[in-house]
Formats: sequence, C-alpha cells, structure tokens
Amino acid sequence: MTPKRRKRLILIALMVAGVGIAIAVALKAFNENLMFFYTPTAVAGGEAPAGHLIRVGGLVTKGSVKRQSDGLTVTFDITDYAETIKVQYTGILPDLFREGQGIVARGRLQKGNLFVAEEVLAKHDEKYMPPEVADALKTAKKNGAVGAATGGETP
Amino acid sequence: MIPELGHFALILALSLALVLSIFPMIGSLNNTPGWIALARPAALGQFFFIAIAFGCLVSSFLTDDFSVAYVAQNGNTLLPDVYKVSAVWGAHEGSLLLWVFILSGWTVAVSMLARHLPAVVLARVLSVMGMVSIGFLSFLLFTSNPFARVFPVPLQGGDLNPLLQDPGLAIHPPMLYMGYVGMSVAFSFAIAALIGGRLDAAWARWSRPWTTVAWMFLTIGITLGSWWAYNELGWGGWWFWDPVENASFMPWLAATALIHSLAVTEKRGAFKRWTVLLALLAFSLSLLGTFLVRSGVLTSVHAFATDPARGLFILIFLCIVIGGSLSLYAARAPSVSSGGRFDAFSRETLLLGNNLLLVIITAFVLLGTLAPLIYDALGWGKISVGFPWFNRMFVIFTPFLVVLMGMGPLTRWKHQDPGDLARQLRVALLISLGGGILGSLPILHKGSIWAGLAVMLSLWIVCSLAISLRQRLRYRKGLAGLWQDLGTKGSGSYYGMVVAHFGVAVFIIGVTFVMQYNVEKDIRLSPGQSTELAGYTLRFDGVQGRQGPNYHADRGTVHVLKDDREIAVLHPEKRVYTVQTKPMTESGIDVGFTRDIYVSLGEGLGNGDWSMRLYYKPFVRWIWFGGLLIAIGGLLAASDRRYRIAVRDQLSALGNDGLIANGGS
Repeated sequence: MTPKRRKRLILIALMVAGVGIAIAVALKAFNENLMFFYTPTAVAGGEAPAGHLIRVGGLVTKGSVKRQSDGLTVTFDITDYAETIKVQYTGILPDLFREGQGIVARGRLQKGNLFVAEEVLAKHDEKYMPPEVADALKTAKKNGAVGAATGGETP
Repeated sequence: MIPELGHFALILALSLALVLSIFPMIGSLNNTPGWIALARPAALGQFFFIAIAFGCLVSSFLTDDFSVAYVAQNGNTLLPDVYKVSAVWGAHEGSLLLWVFILSGWTVAVSMLARHLPAVVLARVLSVMGMVSIGFLSFLLFTSNPFARVFPVPLQGGDLNPLLQDPGLAIHPPMLYMGYVGMSVAFSFAIAALIGGRLDAAWARWSRPWTTVAWMFLTIGITLGSWWAYNELGWGGWWFWDPVENASFMPWLAATALIHSLAVTEKRGAFKRWTVLLALLAFSLSLLGTFLVRSGVLTSVHAFATDPARGLFILIFLCIVIGGSLSLYAARAPSVSSGGRFDAFSRETLLLGNNLLLVIITAFVLLGTLAPLIYDALGWGKISVGFPWFNRMFVIFTPFLVVLMGMGPLTRWKHQDPGDLARQLRVALLISLGGGILGSLPILHKGSIWAGLAVMLSLWIVCSLAISLRQRLRYRKGLAGLWQDLGTKGSGSYYGMVVAHFGVAVFIIGVTFVMQYNVEKDIRLSPGQSTELAGYTLRFDGVQGRQGPNYHADRGTVHVLKDDREIAVLHPEKRVYTVQTKPMTESGIDVGFTRDIYVSLGEGLGNGDWSMRLYYKPFVRWIWFGGLLIAIGGLLAASDRRYRIAVRDQLSALGNDGLIANGGS
C-alpha cells in the first residue's frame, strides 16, 4: 500500500467513524423525541406514562371550559365519549378552540390524571377533525360508548 | 363555455405531451431528423394549450363563475381581485394546474434557451420532460379536473381560506413550484445523459445553470413560506418542522448537494454517477413532496381511503418515475468512467464531505417526516416527532458543514497541502474563536454557549470568504479591480458562492439568536395598562371594531415605548371572515434590523380586557435576509457568462463525433 493510499484510507475511515457517531446520536435522540398519542380512554386506563411529553386529543366537552381569575389559565375536559380527562392550559388558546371542537394537546400527565398542556392545537378548519381524534371517537364508539346520547354530532 | 374551452385545451395539451415524449425520443435513438425536430414545436404547443387552460380558470375566478365546482369552493364575489387570482392555486386541482403550467413553461424555456445543445440531446431532454408532463396532465384530467361543473349552481362561493389571503402566500406557491418543477430539468438532463450513455463535463455544464435557477426559486419559495408563517399564523414561529414544510425542505437539501456535486463533475469530471443519482433524488423528493402535501396522506394515512383513485395514481406515478429512472441508472452507471483522480486532501474531498452531510440530513428529515406514517401503518401507535429532535439534528450536523464551507473555497482541486491551508486560515480561526468566546459572554444579551457557537461559525465563514476574496483580487486593487473582476468569465459562479455562503452566515446568526434570546409573554391587559417586555414598555389602548372588505375585525392598539419615547404603534387584529366565519389572528409587528416586537390578540375577557401574546424576537429578520442572500447567490451563479460562451465551444467539440444529427444551432 502506497503512503498516499494509506492516507486516503485513514481519511475515509475517519469520515465513516464521524458520520457513524453522528447518526447514532441522532437516532438515539429520535427515540427520545417520539411523542405518542393517547386517547382519553387510554389515559383513563393508565396506559399513558405520567411526566412524559405526550399528546392527547378529543372533543372539548360542552360547558366544561373554565377560566381562572388570572384570565389566562383555562381548564376544560376532553372526551372520546367513553372517558373524559381534565386539561389545564395557561396562555392564549388557538383561534378555533371552542366547545364541541376536536383538539389535540401536547403536554404532560400529572398525578390524578390532570393533563397540563404546553400547547393546544385546533386546526384552521371548522369541519376539520384531527385524524387522531376522529380515530379515537371511532374506536370508542365501536367499544360501545354512548356517544349519541351526549349529542355525538361532529361539529 | 370558457371552462369547457379550458378542459379541451388540457386534453390537447395531453396529446401534445404524448407526441413530445414519444417521437423525439424514438427519433433520437434511430437518428430520424424529422422526428427529432418535432420536439421544439410540440413543447411550444403544449405550453400554449396549458396557458389557455390556466387563463380559463383565472377568468372563471375573476368572473365568479360558480358553475365550476372548484371556483364555487374557493372563490367569492367579495374577494379582492388579487386573491381571486391567487385562489386559482389555493387548493388541490388548481395547484396541480399551476404545476403543469410551470412545467410546460420550463420545457419551453429549455427549448428556447438551450438552442446550442446538440439536437439529439435537446430532443431527449424535452422528451423526458414531456413524460413527466403526461403523468401530471393525466392526474389532472382523470382524478382532479379543475373545470368540473356543479349543479345546481350556488349563488355564492365558499371563499378562499382566510389564511391564504395574504400577499406573501399569493406568490409563495408559484415560487415553490418553480423550484419543485425546475428540478425536473435537472432530472431530464440526467435521464437524457443516461440514455445517451454520455455523462461528461459537458453534460454537467449544460444542466448546472438550470439546476441553480431551480434551486434559487426553491430557496425563495421556502423563505417566503417561512416569512408568511411568521406574519400570518400569529404564533411568532418561523419554521415548525411541519410535514408540509419538510416536503419542500428535502428537495432543497438534495438540490444543494446536487449543485455542489455538479461543480465537481463540471470542473474535474469526477463524481459523475453520484451527481446523476442526486439529480434523480432531488426530483423524486420534489414529486414526493408535492404528492404528500396534495394528497393529504401526511395528515392521515386514511386520506388514501377518502379518494382511492388519487392515492393510487400517486403511488403508481411515483413508482414509475423512481423505479424507471433507477433501473436506467443501474443499467448505465457501470459503463461510466470514474473520471478525474484526486488526493485525500483536496477540494473534491471537501465537497464529498458536504454531499455526505447534506444527504444524511435529508435522510433524517425524511425519517422524521415519514415516521408517523410508518408507525401508523404498522400499528405501532400514533406518534409525532417533536421539533426539538429536528433542531438537535441540525445542531449536530451544521458545525461540520460550516467547517467545510470555510475551507472549501480556499482549497485547491486535486491536491492541497494541509499545512498551507492551515497557514491561510490561521487568522480566520483566531478571529472566529475569539468572537465565539465573546459571543458566549453576557455582553449584549445574557450569555449563551449556543450564541457563542453561532458567532464562531458565522465569523469562520465570513473570515474565510474574506481571505479567499483577498487572494482572488491580489492583482486587482480597490473597487475598480473588483468591478473588472466581475466582468471575467467564471466570476458569476465565484461571487454567487461568496454571496450564498455569506447568506448562510447571516442565517445562522438569525436562527440562533432568535431561539436563544426570544422573550415570550402571555398576559391579560386592561385598556390603559402597560407591561414590560425586554426593556420596552407596551401600553394597551383598547380594542375597536373595524369593517374590512370581506371580514369584520377587532382592532387593538398597542403603543411601544423605549425610555418613555414612543417608537411604534401596533394594530393587532382578530378577524372573522364573513363567509367561512373563521376567526383569524392578524399580528401587529414592529420590524427592526436587530429585533422585532410582535403582538397578537388572544380573546376578549370582558370589560375591555384582552388576553395577549407579546414577543421580543431578536435578529429574526436575519433568517429571511440570509435566505434572500442565498437566493441572490444562486442567481449570480446561474448568470455566469461562461455558460453562454462555453456551450458554443462544447458544441464545436461535439460536432466531430456525430452526436449532432441535424445542426442544432
């Protein structure tokens, strides 16, 4: 092997090693940053890990939105008609947030199944239902939830 | 009548696309000059008819012809004329029409401007573009006809999504599509070269300016999109790692790798196979992006089920394009010579590093974008990939890219003595290290190691560019020397590189500073009440009602004071559009070179009180300014005089080996 060849080989080996390390780091971070989605039923069933960043979604129960005295902290219930969880959020709610609307919230589950949201998403379309929420409703209905009784029209 | 005209024009365009993709290609293979000569008129005719179709749809919008289903869904009599026109590409069908319109425009541009290409090569390039056009035209005609009628005719249209009623978004899709579709030119050149079996420096030189122009449009489109999101979404964010954004970012990354790799192929004849592969990749990602966004697959796998015809068409078309081009590549690539040799330390190696990094980043963005889809399809649960991951990934890879970016322009082709380079870059290293340390100390803002890193990387780029400029202008003094140098052959490429790399330095500062020093405040304010924000005083003066052309607005007034002196009055609005009754947040922004003050209204809390979101965004403008510089760099590089001169030289060289069937010039 000529010295030139060896130099090139070392360089390539260094490059491969560097790239390998970077990929490993990125993939590890990838696994840590996956946010799973849970339905209210799953949360009530204890499937969702407490303290981890997760997403939950459902319809905002009518009459459940309560604003605290500071004017910024809001609590409301979200439901898939089978189970309900309480969500707390401090800040400006999105334009399309309203009772009866399907929303997705990102945040952490506290003790007592209170979900503290860091972000609340309601898409910019009245007819739009977050796909996860639509699915959650469908599954709950299949399992015999009494959705129709609570006015199960999709807003 | 007019919609039918448009429909017929589309059908005629499809027939011409068939002619364009069949005859010139066959003619070029068995050397039939008459068939080869068909390419240009067919391309022109296709453009003509698609332009008619496009004009018909525009006119249907302008005349509020709600008998056309697409117009009825997205138009409205109250819509200002500008937005009536931009409503043409506001939804699925119309944006596809824009796609094919731009594609046929690029095809004509190639047929007009690349006159100096050998006729055979030109015929093949145009022919491949015709094939792509067939795919899109039939998708349009068979699954998403924009001219379909609706009965009974509604009295009023459904209106354009209020979010899209913004000047930024009126021009964002055309720019983005110019970029997406422009990649088809690079793709067609690559396929034509593979068919001809000639992958050489001439091929790289021909396709290089086209690729650069397409890449420039893509850059502008992405920058505009980011600017629009910041202005319009009311959350002060400028990039969300949303699948739709990623769909435009992946082709950009691949194209960035491609323009660097093309440089090597043109100058040194190396990396040929790799360059071709990148050209195929860039266009495949453009297609994937367009389709993922437009089919709605990304919001949910089940969107396939809602319109199976569209979904299936998309899959088949993608398979044909990617599968077909890769098999052609597999068949032809082994016969390609491996080109110029280079040493372990040379500009080629550095550019290889650049390509490697960019491709890895592209792969990761693809992973992050498709992972939710894969997880859902395999039943592993519903996930989303948090944007912290995307951000972290860029923090890992960008420094390496930047180090290479500083070294590259000063490194020689073929062989570079490392000690020599180190001597040249010593000053740049010292300045950037010093700047990095200063930047991480709490001087202007509170200290941050990340801000220090950003300052260091930016200074590294700027200093190494300065050193490279000084070397280049060694024998030309002062501004006159610079002016003289600008007129020389090859200067466009060089100065384009300088401006674009400088843009990256500006961009890095913008991104890091806005992320590190951003101040965000959600607050409840009564009229007359004030609040502090990063050294500024913001006084809320209540909210009044205001009637717009097609919306009603609650208009707030916020005075911005610095040291008791008023510097701006902001009017954030909460609009409700009459037709779609959608509430919309219109933010009030005080724009500044080193900071923005950004106010958006939350909701009325009674007694004139409002909840509000206030932001202090340092250096946020630098992000788009950097993007703009990168695009200008692309323009400079593409306008290099040597492409015009060299093409003629190449032609005379090629004339001898029988490639020209009928004199192409």
